[in-house]
Amino acid sequence: MSDQPTAAERFLNGILPENPVYRQLLGMCPVLAVTSGMKPAITMAGATAFVLIMSNTLVSLIRGLLKPHLRILVFTLTIATFVTIADRFLAAFMYDMSKQLGPYVPLIIVNCLIISRAEICASKQKLGTAVADAVGMSLGFALALASIATVREILGSGTWFGIDVLGSGWPAWGIMVLPPGAFLTLGLLLGGAEWFGKRRAAKAS
Amino acid sequence: METVSSLILIFIGAALINNFVLHYFVGICPFLGVSRRVDTAFGMGLAVTFVITIASFLSWVFTYYILRPGAPLPLWVWNVMGGAEGATVDLSVLSYIMYIFVIASSVQFVEMYVRKFQPKLYESFGVFLPLITTNCAILFACLEIMKHLQDPTQLWGLHEALVLAIGGGVGFTIAISLMAGIREELDLADVPEALKGAGIALIVAGIMAMAFMGFTGVDRGVEQALMALIGR
Repeated sequence: MSDQPTAAERFLNGILPENPVYRQLLGMCPVLAVTSGMKPAITMAGATAFVLIMSNTLVSLIRGLLKPHLRILVFTLTIATFVTIADRFLAAFMYDMSKQLGPYVPLIIVNCLIISRAEICASKQKLGTAVADAVGMSLGFALALASIATVREILGSGTWFGIDVLGSGWPAWGIMVLPPGAFLTLGLLLGGAEWFGKRRAAKAS
Repeated sequence: METVSSLILIFIGAALINNFVLHYFVGICPFLGVSRRVDTAFGMGLAVTFVITIASFLSWVFTYYILRPGAPLPLWVWNVMGGAEGATVDLSVLSYIMYIFVIASSVQFVEMYVRKFQPKLYESFGVFLPLITTNCAILFACLEIMKHLQDPTQLWGLHEALVLAIGGGVGFTIAISLMAGIREELDLADVPEALKGAGIALIVAGIMAMAFMGFTGVDRGVEQALMALIGR
């Protein structure tokens, strides 16, 4: 890695080429848990984006003070602080959503995506680069959550964002909104993304 | 006897019906990452069970005495400082920071202790210990305990918290060992090129989750059986 990617490149990398879910398999726990519908998925993506951007900003600002052996602890405590803020905010203004998301909001603390961005990017880069990276990664994460939630909500309850799309004749596939549906959907979508990427690479060469 | 049967139900609930991995999706990273061989998977499962128990013990103590609404220690400080009478002190906003600190430091201490005094054990699961800090299963167990301590009508005791933790750890061990067994066989199977690796692992996990849904209702059956036992 002699030539470091610029801020703009990092931003674009996060969205598709290094998509946190499809390419790096990070942050699987919320990806599977909150994607039974679009609304929880988008709320989750928003909360994660807030935490990721804020923690990348703060870690980048204090990167000169970090001690190597204590850095992971500092990262987790920083993230935990912002997660507390996000959690209190959700509980105050979106109470039903906060109830529905339940323990998965505090579990953002141990989302490997955020800690890996702090470690790989924010603790070594200037503020602008770190923020661009965080925004790109959050968009990629939101895209991944939305794609899985779209499949699961449409097949599982025939709606999208709560709006009826498949009509009342659709026999809702109950399994899709239950835990097994999450695993199956993500497995097949990962396979699809892999197949698509390979085919494009084969065409290019 | 009442308490014993409720403990059995908590254990079955955490280990089988609401399996941490297959129902709550916590601990997916090691579940996919360290499930290539049965013996390493089993070692990882034991390490997680060990740490989850210690972290739950500590978090129960902290939550019960310091963090829950109306906990004794902050109330005592409040009174010593000369605060107004009859106030309730609620420090639960600090819970997440406290838990993550407890988990990170207990993992560190467990690693140091095992390396120094149990070198054999360290060889078998020492490599997994640092990874466990970011394992959601542990924080999830702490959060479940917190949920039960914030509601004064169903205040959990230490024994209930520990049974939940051990049940969750056993459930994780069962899930990851089964997964590793299946993946060892999958190496010989003809999997489509694009699904190799994580794709097929997730599909297998989906089928396992369906199988584990079959445990739904087992708790009610066990409860009835226990009731009948007490009745006689």
